[in-house]
Amino acid sequence: MTTKADKYIKKARKLRRLKRGKEKLKIAIITLLLAFVACIFLSPIVLTMTNSLMSQSEIKANYGQVFSTDANGGKTYISKQVELKFIPDMVSVSQYYTVLFKSADYLYKFWKSVILVVPIVIFQILVAVAASYGFYRFSGKLKTIIFFTYIILMLMPYQVTLVPNYLVAKGLGIIDTNWAIWLPGIFSPFSVYLITKYMKRIPVSLIEAAEIDGCNDYQVFSKICFPLSKGCMISCGILVFIDYWNMVEQPVIMYKDEADYPLSVFLSKINEGEIGLAFAVATIYMFLPLLIFLYGEDYLVEGISYQGGVKG
Amino acid sequence: MKIDLKKYRVKPKNYMDKKDAKSKRVSWLFLFPSLTGVMLFFLVPYFIIIFYSFIMNPPTDYSFVGFKNYFTVFNNAAFRTASLNTIKFTFLAVPLAVVIPLLLALLLDIKIPFKSQFRTAFLTPLMVPVASVVLVWQVIFHYNGLGNEILNSLNIDSVDWFNSEQALFVIVVLFLWKNIGYNMILFMAALGSVPRDLLEVAYLENASGWNIFWNIKFRYMTSTLLFVTIMSIINSFKVFREIFLLKGAHPTSYMYMLQTYMNNKFDALDHHLLSAAAIVMSIVMIIIIGVLFLLEGRVGKDIEEA
Repeated sequence: MTTKADKYIKKARKLRRLKRGKEKLKIAIITLLLAFVACIFLSPIVLTMTNSLMSQSEIKANYGQVFSTDANGGKTYISKQVELKFIPDMVSVSQYYTVLFKSADYLYKFWKSVILVVPIVIFQILVAVAASYGFYRFSGKLKTIIFFTYIILMLMPYQVTLVPNYLVAKGLGIIDTNWAIWLPGIFSPFSVYLITKYMKRIPVSLIEAAEIDGCNDYQVFSKICFPLSKGCMISCGILVFIDYWNMVEQPVIMYKDEADYPLSVFLSKINEGEIGLAFAVATIYMFLPLLIFLYGEDYLVEGISYQGGVKG
Repeated sequence: MKIDLKKYRVKPKNYMDKKDAKSKRVSWLFLFPSLTGVMLFFLVPYFIIIFYSFIMNPPTDYSFVGFKNYFTVFNNAAFRTASLNTIKFTFLAVPLAVVIPLLLALLLDIKIPFKSQFRTAFLTPLMVPVASVVLVWQVIFHYNGLGNEILNSLNIDSVDWFNSEQALFVIVVLFLWKNIGYNMILFMAALGSVPRDLLEVAYLENASGWNIFWNIKFRYMTSTLLFVTIMSIINSFKVFREIFLLKGAHPTSYMYMLQTYMNNKFDALDHHLLSAAAIVMSIVMIIIIGVLFLLEGRVGKDIEEA
């Protein structure tokens, strides 16, 4: 026998089920939508990778006209469509073989990039950790002003900060050398800001306890602040690395000779005869940051989150 | 009996002072390398630039000319085109770079499967050097490329992407592709900091999704919103990389940005004009950032009172 109460309960259950079903549908739609957007996001990267496995002739057949220019330097409009292909007709690693073993030019540029970027990352972080400790302890009025100046400098676009950089480099006579890229990079205020923000979260009681136990200022740094900021240093290092691995502004201004450009600029100067290699070189060039991403995604995400400084 | 209080006063102050002074010196010592570098490469030359911007022709002629250099820069047709393009681009790209990642972050905040995979997918473009994907962009936005193919299938005429008004659209797309993930992470972090109990109460009270967003989540995100806006403006200047790698130092007037103008001024050795342009640019940046900070202070106060 069904009472009134039973009826209500049944009705309520039905409603809840309906609601749940709706919720599930909503989630499915959102997931599909996100998946679609994600695919679009990843497609240029995947395209570069798959196209690097094409043979020279296949690339020329597909994209030849994109990179060809007529005598006036303008584009030629051939009615034939440019074929965008995800999957090569025949997979071949011949492009990689050429890049890695035959055409030393690209390998040299790759090393040039490494040589430019790695010292900047390492020394910028080291200088920044020390500076952060300096900001962290004894924050006086003067230091607040200095820190504020750092923030403003950090927020300036490269085209502005490069003007002072360029003048000094010229004055020191280091223009056209790697130093013109290294030195401004090492002293860039970006990581100082990030690591200081992180260090300020270290509880003062920890420092006090260490001091009572007899740590002097150097030991407080080496035994507490430095080890505790390691995670932040790694995430900061990743952020600095991707920015400099991608550098265009600095080399274009600091080097007079195009032969000195690192791969981040040189890759676009690829000429028609070598477009077959272009995708392979591009893939090799993005391999390193993607590898770092694979292993350091959590660090990177953390680093970006610190930057936003929730309750900072 | 009268007790001489002075006699009993403990005097640790002096000792602490000494210790403080020493610690203070040490803290400056730690700051020293960075400070010297910043002074040498950024601050001191910056003052030289201010000086240069009022001078006839720095390396040879040091006569004072007042604001003449500024007028020269402002009257330059290339500078005007460049500023106009940059302003157009910034006003189009920055709001999109704030709203789209905010939406994505909110969607990822819902209980959906593959959350971390989506995060990875949106963040990957940040890692990829511009030089590596520029080839693909060229193929997509070529006159006979994929972009026009899609347009044609929708019965829209082909567009000359790089040599028409559409160039702006192309740069915005390239900018968004690279920066959405970064901003999304910032918003996700902010969403993560919204107190859970507040949200739970809202759910129990049957608050609508919009109400929860506007009255709770959004209020906790104002500082992040400001930060994302500032970072997007800063990063919007980095589209120079895409433009330079696509079209070199002399793109069509549709893509000629302030950054391109500055970049080309280096070659011309016009230090006085370059300096004036840099000063103008930095003043504009400082004003924008200052206004944003003031706005945030106002909104932030409003929340604290509420």
